[in-house]
Amino acid sequence: MSGLSEEAKQKIRDLLPRYPSKQALTLPALHIAQEEARCVSRQAVHDIADLLELAPSQIHDTLSFYGFFKDEKHPLGDNRIWVCRSLACMLRGGDELLAEVCERLHVAPGQTTADGKATIELAECLGACDGAPCILVNDKLQLRMTADAVVSLAEGRA
Amino acid sequence: MSFEPVLLRRRGKPNSQSLESYRADGGYTALKKALAMEAPKVIEAVQKSGLRGRGGAGFSTGLKWTFLPKDVQGPIYLCINGDESEPGTFNNRVLLEDDPHQVLEGIVISGYATKSTTAYLYLRYEYGDCYRTCEKAIEEMYANNLLGKNILGSDYSLDIYLHRGACAYICGEETGLIESLEGKRAWPRIKPPFPAIEGAFRRPTVVNNIETMACVTQILDRGPEWFQSIGIASEHPKDPGSYGPKLYCISGHVNNPGLVELPLGVTARELIDKHAGGVWKGRKAKAVVPGGISMGFLSADELDTKLDFAGPGKAGCLGLGTAAVIVIDDQTSMVDVLYNTCRFFAHESCGQCTPCREGTAWSAKILARIRAGQGTLKDLDTLTDISNSIGIMPGTTICGLADGAAWPIKNALKKFRPEFEEYITSGRRSQSFEVVGSH
Repeated sequence: MSGLSEEAKQKIRDLLPRYPSKQALTLPALHIAQEEARCVSRQAVHDIADLLELAPSQIHDTLSFYGFFKDEKHPLGDNRIWVCRSLACMLRGGDELLAEVCERLHVAPGQTTADGKATIELAECLGACDGAPCILVNDKLQLRMTADAVVSLAEGRA
Repeated sequence: MSFEPVLLRRRGKPNSQSLESYRADGGYTALKKALAMEAPKVIEAVQKSGLRGRGGAGFSTGLKWTFLPKDVQGPIYLCINGDESEPGTFNNRVLLEDDPHQVLEGIVISGYATKSTTAYLYLRYEYGDCYRTCEKAIEEMYANNLLGKNILGSDYSLDIYLHRGACAYICGEETGLIESLEGKRAWPRIKPPFPAIEGAFRRPTVVNNIETMACVTQILDRGPEWFQSIGIASEHPKDPGSYGPKLYCISGHVNNPGLVELPLGVTARELIDKHAGGVWKGRKAKAVVPGGISMGFLSADELDTKLDFAGPGKAGCLGLGTAAVIVIDDQTSMVDVLYNTCRFFAHESCGQCTPCREGTAWSAKILARIRAGQGTLKDLDTLTDISNSIGIMPGTTICGLADGAAWPIKNALKKFRPEFEEYITSGRRSQSFEVVGSH
């Protein structure tokens, strides 16, 4: 598995003046890495550690705290779709929505569809309770969702 | 007298996010006023207004600023907490999506008052639209001398940087946020030292909420007396009162979920009936979350509770929290509701303190067992025991996440105990289900 591209490394270096410590670049760097490769490979962890003058284990320690980052054995699909299961969504059919979406796409939460188009995830409150049940597609919220709408998004038809 | 919204007054206007439209509505005059004042006078004005932080704890904003050491050499950091993740809460999202300059103006004013050199706006990853809106607004500010060196010709200089989170509730705890900003796992710190003395990068730091920043802008614009004229006055010398307008989030089983701005102290009943179109499907409310799920539950008999800083506590809830109201109708099982809150906290416990890590996990497991029809009455005592032994209040954890996990359990078992007992003794199973996945 390849590590960070030169372009990604430069993006990280460009952010250095913003923070008084290099370690503070850890989260921004992990975001840049995952955006580029749909996962954070072990080589990318080493590359980030080199850039920030830290041990790879320090990067990995932070990475593993957040359920957000995927390793190279579990890369994300083209789109990452988070279905909210917290209280406001549960009260308006969030659990049923998630169940139907998983059944129709033949995945369990955390898995990617066979065609690689979508990864379905469980989310805790997405902050769009006014539009429950809601989902997050990559980093864009979608309110008042139906299973048909989510499946369309997952299949890349919407 | 009808109340005119202030914080949301620009919502829905065409192009409300742009600097041009914000300025056309009088934007950045508050900043000009502030820069013409001595910094301590700005702090004084905010203290005088009675503004209490809108993030959940309700601590006096001006007073927090005075805790910074005097005559600091070197940087002071301002961290803006945009990690809004408390279930039911979305007011910061609306503010940043629709009127980012109102918040950013408040950040520059607060930065000036506290003599901060850099502001980090820590934004939860899920708010991608907010991120892009703020990114554009900040660019406009730099291009118009509202950020950077010598803002509006003054001696004051400030940079604001956006910093994106990675989907962890605990980053909303102020020292968890600081650890996360520093690139570490978001484990809250033992206090003292408080952030004002030793915060981000071991420097004096202020952490403030997004809505608080919007309030600061309006206080400088309209004056502390205006802010003090709204809300519920202090009831006794030790009560700091509940002043100003507040954004209330309403969700769950109501006809019109949404965000409304009202004077602090509206009752839960008025919010539901007058501002959210009533409970849906002609049903009645069984329970109402007063301010995000960590605050617990009001029962149907307690809907006349005032939602000011003191009100929910009088009804046995933890507090006003984020003023995010979730309505639960009379057809919903409180066992399912409590399972949902317990599972949330088990998922979001950062794992640093054993009582929280284990207590939240056990309570979720016990509720799952009850939902599977295998609960015993003794389980309810065990749940009560857990809820009484995790948190800052019993003194067993570093941060308040566990208190927030405990409160829904305490309230549910006190106010709805017969329902739990009936559920267990009748051998019922949950009608709702759960999809299990690896996350």
